[in-house]
Amino acid sequence: MPGSSPLGLDPGGFRRAHYGVPYIGLIGLGIPLGEAIPIGEGVSVSTPTEMANPPGGTGGSRVHTPIKLQPRRSRPDRVYRFVTTATGLTTFVILGLIGLFLFIQAWPAFRAMGLRFFTTSAFQTQGKHPNFGVEAALVGSITIALIAIVVALPVSLASALFINEYAPRKLLGFFPLKGFLTSLVDLMAAVPSIIYGLWGFFVLQSHMKGVAKWLSDHLGFIPLFHTTTPIFTSSAFIAGVLVALMIMPIVTSLSREVFSLTPIGEREGAMALGASRARVIRDVVLPFGKGGIIGAVMLGLGRALGEAIAVSIIISIVFQINFHILQAGSNSIAALIAARFGAGGKLGLAALLAAGLVLFAFTLVINMVASRIVSRTRTS
Amino acid sequence: MTATLTPTKERPPGLAPQPGRKPAVRRRLRPKEFRATDVGLLAATGVSAFSVVWIVFDQLTLLSGTVGFVICWIVAFLALYWAVNLQVYGRQMAADRFVGALVAIGALCMFTPLALITGFVLVKGIGLISWHLLTATQKGVPQIPTPGAPTPGVGHAIVGTVEIVALAAAMGIPAALLTAIFLNEVGGRFTKSVRVVVTAMSGVPAIVAGIFIYSLWIVQLGQGFSGFAGALALTVILLPTITRGSEEVLRVVPNDLREASAALGAPEWRTTSSVVLPTARSGIITAILLGIAVAVGETAPLLVTIFGNTLMNANPFHGPQEALSLLAYQEIRLPQQAAINLAYAASLVLFMLVFILFVIGRILGSDWAGRALRRGRGSKKKGGDEDFTPAQTRELSNAAALGLMLPPER
Repeated sequence: MPGSSPLGLDPGGFRRAHYGVPYIGLIGLGIPLGEAIPIGEGVSVSTPTEMANPPGGTGGSRVHTPIKLQPRRSRPDRVYRFVTTATGLTTFVILGLIGLFLFIQAWPAFRAMGLRFFTTSAFQTQGKHPNFGVEAALVGSITIALIAIVVALPVSLASALFINEYAPRKLLGFFPLKGFLTSLVDLMAAVPSIIYGLWGFFVLQSHMKGVAKWLSDHLGFIPLFHTTTPIFTSSAFIAGVLVALMIMPIVTSLSREVFSLTPIGEREGAMALGASRARVIRDVVLPFGKGGIIGAVMLGLGRALGEAIAVSIIISIVFQINFHILQAGSNSIAALIAARFGAGGKLGLAALLAAGLVLFAFTLVINMVASRIVSRTRTS
Repeated sequence: MTATLTPTKERPPGLAPQPGRKPAVRRRLRPKEFRATDVGLLAATGVSAFSVVWIVFDQLTLLSGTVGFVICWIVAFLALYWAVNLQVYGRQMAADRFVGALVAIGALCMFTPLALITGFVLVKGIGLISWHLLTATQKGVPQIPTPGAPTPGVGHAIVGTVEIVALAAAMGIPAALLTAIFLNEVGGRFTKSVRVVVTAMSGVPAIVAGIFIYSLWIVQLGQGFSGFAGALALTVILLPTITRGSEEVLRVVPNDLREASAALGAPEWRTTSSVVLPTARSGIITAILLGIAVAVGETAPLLVTIFGNTLMNANPFHGPQEALSLLAYQEIRLPQQAAINLAYAASLVLFMLVFILFVIGRILGSDWAGRALRRGRGSKKKGGDEDFTPAQTRELSNAAALGLMLPPER
């Protein structure tokens, strides 16, 4: 603090004059009082009321001793720490309980089918010889989720780039386009899935039917687009497109955030070299955001796998693996649970819960990997 | 950043064209400058692409329906737009404009469905909304509407949704806030693992949360279907969402404030309750409202926990209840138009509920509301020294930076 000590005193001592403590003895000792006080969390400090005579003090002048530290936390603080930590740890308990109770309730199904549960497509839970498994549903879930990602990724990346790179902050000088679009993305994420389902069933389906027919007519030579029946509604394709709309906001907002973390130096460097915005996107933004995009895709995939209501409204459930994505009939674990819940007796319930457990484990793994990728991108 | 590409109109004096020399022939490219001619170019390209596709589409009928037409139009437009810009401005500008048009169309593809869905729900539902609809239940309503029979309403579903979400919020919000405080303020050995678990929980599918509560609460503990079971399931969904949201907000609170508070000798809980949480208030409210908005719309967990009810059941702790989303889901599967209309009405009410929550959350979270809140707090202040405004805390943080402790001046 140059200039603030006109008497040639050290600033710490000067400050202390505020509350009337003589500082003459202090200068002699040269104790940097200020540095004795730690800044930061986790250490509480007693108030500076203790005064003491210095060992070699002259003429009754008193000196301020360094503040006493209390390494032990006060009781309210210990309670505070305990309560928050305990609450934080309940999340462990909840996640553990989810796995545990699903497993307990699903056990009859696993006992009845053994490992064949994973390789059986049929879902016959009643009668003398129950024969059921999760194979068709799992494959169906993955198919729908993959279609959703394939549709959602380009659109999401484009809108993330548009919001981040091209959209003017103020349109025509007054309209906050960028903030408005960001809010819209969030609103889209909050629209209930039942409303997506309703719209998908009554509006989207009738429009996508034509597209599906065209794909099948003209690209039918590709095995994926081949169809055996001319029914183009209730297909995995339409469900996938609908789920794509539902995961777009997540993929968009995540990749937008990653894009906005592109180092400004690299960006300006590219521009200084004469790069247009298109080149900046290609050479700077996308390479930097690669990890984040992968993470966003996986998070979207996890969300798409778990979507129950909209998918169950659209598809008609069949218990066989159907790779003809354009024609009617598909399956999905989440939709299967939503559609079959309460029907099929005790074993049927156990079978559904077992399928739910498989879905839970599957999404858990995907989400863990995805969040690890995203957090690594965000911190680096 | 912008200055590099769009220099000011006046040339610096040193670069003024000399009278004797030929001026520089190279044109400066300014892709970010979008003038009236560019708007005209864009419109003309759009119209010509439309007409070309219209003619070809009608002749060849490769695709059927509006979707196919729009796809063809977009492709034709992009190709034309690139070619036109190549002619007028050259390769580099054309590439920039092309990518710009591409991402703008992508954004349109993203937001058009949102507009269509909003319009669809409004158009289908707005004519059905009446006071009777909002208050009546499905009591005594026959499957096929007959003259003289009571017309259905969604009153019982509104009561159910509000009660279930309120219960879930009452359980989930305190837990979520405490977890967020633990993650960001307290910390410790478990921070990392709790963060991983919260992330994992936020990825748990809604239907799995539902069947978890079903197998725990209804099967294992022998409780019946009830609104409370639904609330438990929604809590599982709400908890990670709000935790992550508020943790992000808490992370933004400047560390200076915490240091200033600690330097004043405030205990940790006091730092959190009087400095960190008030500073982050508007953000936390936004996180909470957005989390609730998502929970209000959940259908799958309610499907397996509250079972549904055609009668009014205002007691969330006993007996099956109805919710708006569940009502819509059940009615849409019925073939009668009356049932589907009821589904439309329920969806519109649900959408309005979500939208209002969302808008309130956004407004409270905006800079403007944050400033207003803080101003209101400042004027109402009586002068207690434990409750300081951010401006004061910033001053205090300066003191903390000096490593000095200044007790309040008397």
